[in-house]
Amino acid sequence: MKRTHLLALLAGTALAGPALAETTLTIESWRNDDLTIWQDTIIPAFQSQHPDIKVVFAPTAPAEYNAALNSKLAAGSAGDLITCRPFDASLQLYNDGHLADLSGLGAMANFSSVAKSAWQTDDGSATFCVPMASVIHGFIYNADAFEQLGIAVPTTRDEFFAALDKIKADGSYIPMAMGTNDQWEAATMGYNNIGPNYWKGEEGRLALIKGEQKLTDEDWVAPFRELAKWKDYLGDGFEAQTYPDSQNLFTLGRAAIYPAGSWEISGFNAQAGFKMGAFAPPVAAAGDSCYISDHTDIAIGMNAKSPNAEAAKVFLEWVGSPEFAALYANALPGFFSLNSTPVAMQDPLAQEFVSWRDKCQSTIRSTYQILSRGTPNLENETWNASANVIKGTETPEDAAKRLQDGLASWYEPQK
Amino acid sequence: MAARKPFRWHIPVFLAPAVLVYTAIMIIPLFGTLGQSLFNKGETGADFVGLANFATLFGDPRWSDAFWNALGNNLWFFVVHMLVQNPIGIALAAILSTPRLRMAAFYRTAIFIPTILSFVIVGFVWKLILSPIWGIAPGMLDAVGLKFLFAPWLGKEEYALTTLALISVWQFVGIPMMLIYAALLSIPDEVLEAAEMDGITGASQFWKIKLPLILPSIGIISILTFVGNFNAFDLIYVAQGALAGPDFSTDILGTFLYRTFFGFQLQLGDPYMGSAIAGAMFGIILIGVCIYLFGIQTRLRRYQF
Repeated sequence: MKRTHLLALLAGTALAGPALAETTLTIESWRNDDLTIWQDTIIPAFQSQHPDIKVVFAPTAPAEYNAALNSKLAAGSAGDLITCRPFDASLQLYNDGHLADLSGLGAMANFSSVAKSAWQTDDGSATFCVPMASVIHGFIYNADAFEQLGIAVPTTRDEFFAALDKIKADGSYIPMAMGTNDQWEAATMGYNNIGPNYWKGEEGRLALIKGEQKLTDEDWVAPFRELAKWKDYLGDGFEAQTYPDSQNLFTLGRAAIYPAGSWEISGFNAQAGFKMGAFAPPVAAAGDSCYISDHTDIAIGMNAKSPNAEAAKVFLEWVGSPEFAALYANALPGFFSLNSTPVAMQDPLAQEFVSWRDKCQSTIRSTYQILSRGTPNLENETWNASANVIKGTETPEDAAKRLQDGLASWYEPQK
Repeated sequence: MAARKPFRWHIPVFLAPAVLVYTAIMIIPLFGTLGQSLFNKGETGADFVGLANFATLFGDPRWSDAFWNALGNNLWFFVVHMLVQNPIGIALAAILSTPRLRMAAFYRTAIFIPTILSFVIVGFVWKLILSPIWGIAPGMLDAVGLKFLFAPWLGKEEYALTTLALISVWQFVGIPMMLIYAALLSIPDEVLEAAEMDGITGASQFWKIKLPLILPSIGIISILTFVGNFNAFDLIYVAQGALAGPDFSTDILGTFLYRTFFGFQLQLGDPYMGSAIAGAMFGIILIGVCIYLFGIQTRLRRYQF
């Protein structure tokens, strides 16, 4: 009985499959956390406008995505739409002819050059993925604690350290929740969070790529000097504190300030029982122009060998539209649309983060484009150097010199 | 006139499954890796480069510093196991084999249980125990007035590797214990009774009679420890991640190989240099095993009962 049902069901799907839709697009992605959001919100919105195109979201586990995608592309069994990692991973796919050139797509006009830089050839002549979202760095703070201690939200570095001193003197909160055990927070939420204010965002980042600035220049060493001062404000035994430890310390209300990436927003909203606020990395003096790390993180491209290229382009045009941007940014607060059209977001914390885009200039993490292509890998070395500087086992100058020597050992413009 | 012995077909037939499986999943990949270490990425595919990868590994200071650091850490990891794990294992076995000990089966099981736990569980549990924030270690030390002894051990360059080695000792002390326990039980009672007749009892019986009889087992344990330690990877990876922090102070050959071969974060994998490291690891283990086999095992005196 059961078996006949199953057979009937199988036969049914086999027959109904091709009859239901003319074109079926399959999306490859590593965002398996977002499966329900795609199925319940994003895909139905698209299909209400394009009933002739059926879209299937088929994610893989994040850790396996790159390897699984590469083998599927090589075997010719990959889906029509490919979710793109930023920079070299996707650039390699484009160079190998797996991703189609999408420069001609009308929706590309909706994105700034910084937004597109993560999915372009080095000379910027071809763009091969439509940018979807970025994450912004800054500091999330416990608003209740700030109120209790009478601290105003800091905008300059002096105010920032004065606030930290005050929290420390009071003693009821750990001033800042960060550990160096996992290393990456020190680089991502530390160095690349506060750094853009020193190296003037894109200006410094591009100069470094061109070889006009060095990591040993004052603008690149100074953020390390500031990081070295953080040590006194971290919790006891921060050397063995992991990333989840820091998250828990903050959401349990034991720490006052959390050096953050905006991806934390939805998790923190669910966990924290107090009011939260956010501030951008403080600048040297009031009124200085500010720079934020607005890091391009996720995009979507087209399989160059897709038989449904026309339908895929229709979908990609839609992904580049303000409508998609609003849907995506509200479904996943903390993943901000890269679309030039401003998106209205409901989440107050997300609104605060995204408001910095109007006041400050955006840049991306300094180590991601081109500079982490060789051995030693600049991004991974920066993790190690930032953690060492915070722990005080390496001076800011030594750390910067080591990074510069490593980069110069393989990167032509820095030799 | 005796008939020629017929060829004993059952021997190859019974050997075949093991030989085939072992060849397919161990020997072929091993030689494949060793072969791959002689190639490097060229214009179109892999180019034969001879020993150039090894020249880079040992000649380029960036590679060789990381390699010697990993090898040094690995040696220390091994030394801790030899000095702590194996003596404790032998002592536990000696205590367990005392006929008067009650609940020996319970102790035996309790001490052996960590061995069957997954590395992931062991790494996670110990990270929690030692955590300066949630761990019970600072609280327990505080309770006996020794709080000043506490440090975030896993986060300090000078302690992290030793701490991890001791965690590994805690996990695996059951293995030498079981092997020595079995060896001790196999000593015939006649030998021990004869010793008692001669007035050798207690501790001197252990040192003079039992220890020489279990020396071959200790040799086997040493070599198992050596091979296990130089292939270790899991515990470090689980507890400290692929970057083997803090500041590479817990980087051993296994994590160094992993980072190089599979890549990490923005670092793309380099299977050719990775194979060279795997080749060097294979060489180190081969040399160690040969020293044991020809230098030590052949000189061990064996006793037949």
